[in-house]
Amino acid sequence: MAAISREEVAHLARLSRLAVTEEELDKFAGQLDVILQSVARIGDVAAEDIPPTSHSVPLTNVYRDDVVRPGLTQDEALSGAPDAADGRFRVPRILDEEE
Amino acid sequence: MTDVTRMTAAQIAGLIATGEASAVEVATAHLDRIAAVDDRVHAFLHVDRDGALAAAADVDARRGRGEQLGPLAGVPVAVKDIIATKGVPTTAASKILEGWRPPYDATLVERLRAAGTVMLGKTNMDEFAMGSSTEYSAYGATNNPWDLGRIPGGSGGGSAASLAAFEAPLAIGTDTGGSIRQPGAVTGTVGSKPTYGGTSRYGLIAFSSSLDTPGPCARTVEDAALLHAVIGGHDVRDSTSIPQAVPDVVGAARLGATGDLTGVKLGVVKEFAGEGAEPGVLAAFRESVEALVKLGAEVVEVSCPHFEYALPAYYLIAPSEASSNLARFDGVRYGLRSGDDGNRSLEEVMSLTRDEGFGPEVKRRIILGTYALSSGYYDAYYGQAQKVRTLITRDFTSAFERVDVLISPTTPFVAFPFGSRTSDPYQMYLADLYTIPTNLYGGPAISVPCGLSEGLPVGFQIMAPTMADDRMYRVAAALESAVGTLTPPEL
Repeated sequence: MAAISREEVAHLARLSRLAVTEEELDKFAGQLDVILQSVARIGDVAAEDIPPTSHSVPLTNVYRDDVVRPGLTQDEALSGAPDAADGRFRVPRILDEEE
Repeated sequence: MTDVTRMTAAQIAGLIATGEASAVEVATAHLDRIAAVDDRVHAFLHVDRDGALAAAADVDARRGRGEQLGPLAGVPVAVKDIIATKGVPTTAASKILEGWRPPYDATLVERLRAAGTVMLGKTNMDEFAMGSSTEYSAYGATNNPWDLGRIPGGSGGGSAASLAAFEAPLAIGTDTGGSIRQPGAVTGTVGSKPTYGGTSRYGLIAFSSSLDTPGPCARTVEDAALLHAVIGGHDVRDSTSIPQAVPDVVGAARLGATGDLTGVKLGVVKEFAGEGAEPGVLAAFRESVEALVKLGAEVVEVSCPHFEYALPAYYLIAPSEASSNLARFDGVRYGLRSGDDGNRSLEEVMSLTRDEGFGPEVKRRIILGTYALSSGYYDAYYGQAQKVRTLITRDFTSAFERVDVLISPTTPFVAFPFGSRTSDPYQMYLADLYTIPTNLYGGPAISVPCGLSEGLPVGFQIMAPTMADDRMYRVAAALESAVGTLTPPEL
């Protein structure tokens, strides 16, 4: 299995929305490499004909009647928000000015 | 009156039921104990003194009115901080949730309240339950009451330490790869992971949804069973909850305590024999097996050839699910928001918030999970790990055709000194070597103290088939009757 590079870790951090520092990049690249080498041997036994198990409880979709039930109030839902305005979550801008 | 903080939950419940002690007196004794020792142990992230005393007063008032109360009414309980408690701070030991007070209770907390138990507060843990030592808490580590320089296990180190320090008679933990059993083992307490789906996950802050299982922590097997009976059972709010009643775990524990295991077949897993385990741990385990044989049990060696792949499969599955679950911590709806100076975009604010809010182990696992799920690597890593999960389940199924339960040490080593494994994540992951297979399979498992090695507790693990939780309680209580409980040195 190919080793994980520093650039790859930087790319994964961007995908995960993590602004990691240069120092963290160096550290994580080395550690992830050790972890991946240690876990790679699962490929030795997982043959083609073995079905995957995603979950230990066999699940079927369960539907309930579409009945209105009490939930959180607007105030409760917003109670932990870092910022709110007019009864809504306030977020930083999504588009740049030129977009 | 004898010090109530030294009593079992069953004894405390008896005192309250007969009126020999009030629930307020019991709660006060435990709150005073916390005040006296927790600056050294640091088992709690938040102590809810007012809430505990109010709940205790309510139990006393109900008893005064002659109401019929449950078997744990008035007994204090500590709750791991990854479980939502309405109005009471819940952080998962992360900076990203500092100060968050959930607007709702987890189902198991609702059940604890309905049963009249008294919640003392929230216990320390590895951040988002990722770790085996409680060193990854953003609020500082918990110290093992047996030796304050050593780890109390993880991720539920706070819950286990609160019991060993006599700050609480009962605690709630969550077990994703061993986070109830491994802290139980290294603190000399009992930790039980119920069947996955046997206890509701509604209101747990999700780490790895297909593995996370809340369960009881206690100082005796009977106490763990009593707590298990209160929190277990079907929950319509959790789609993975099994629509069946909890097996009679309390009856099984009491049967086991009579010390008769005639006809019970114990399976020793051949592949676990000695792998990376300390000699003292193996010695205590072997002596305990002999004790069980004296009680009438039969020991059979069984082979579970794929157990050696459980740890690598777990370290692909758990981080993959975590990378997805932890996407909700984006600085929008709750918790920390960082870098919102009016000039930065939402994406920049999210990245800065997550970088500041998450600690190193959480970041490492998010990146690892993102890698394992990414295009080009999915089949090689996550897909293969899910196949290994099938193979491990088959190992368990065929083993349980021959034996009633499987037994092993809980951990390969006793509590290690702080800092000795943090530099090499894979060395730290080995702490969960024996506990992880059951999480992948979904069955129940329990850790019971079985002796000392180098003056530190050793845990004995009993694994049972899914929804046969009662079986493990019977064997666990029999072992406890043979080897006794462990008492840590005075703090």
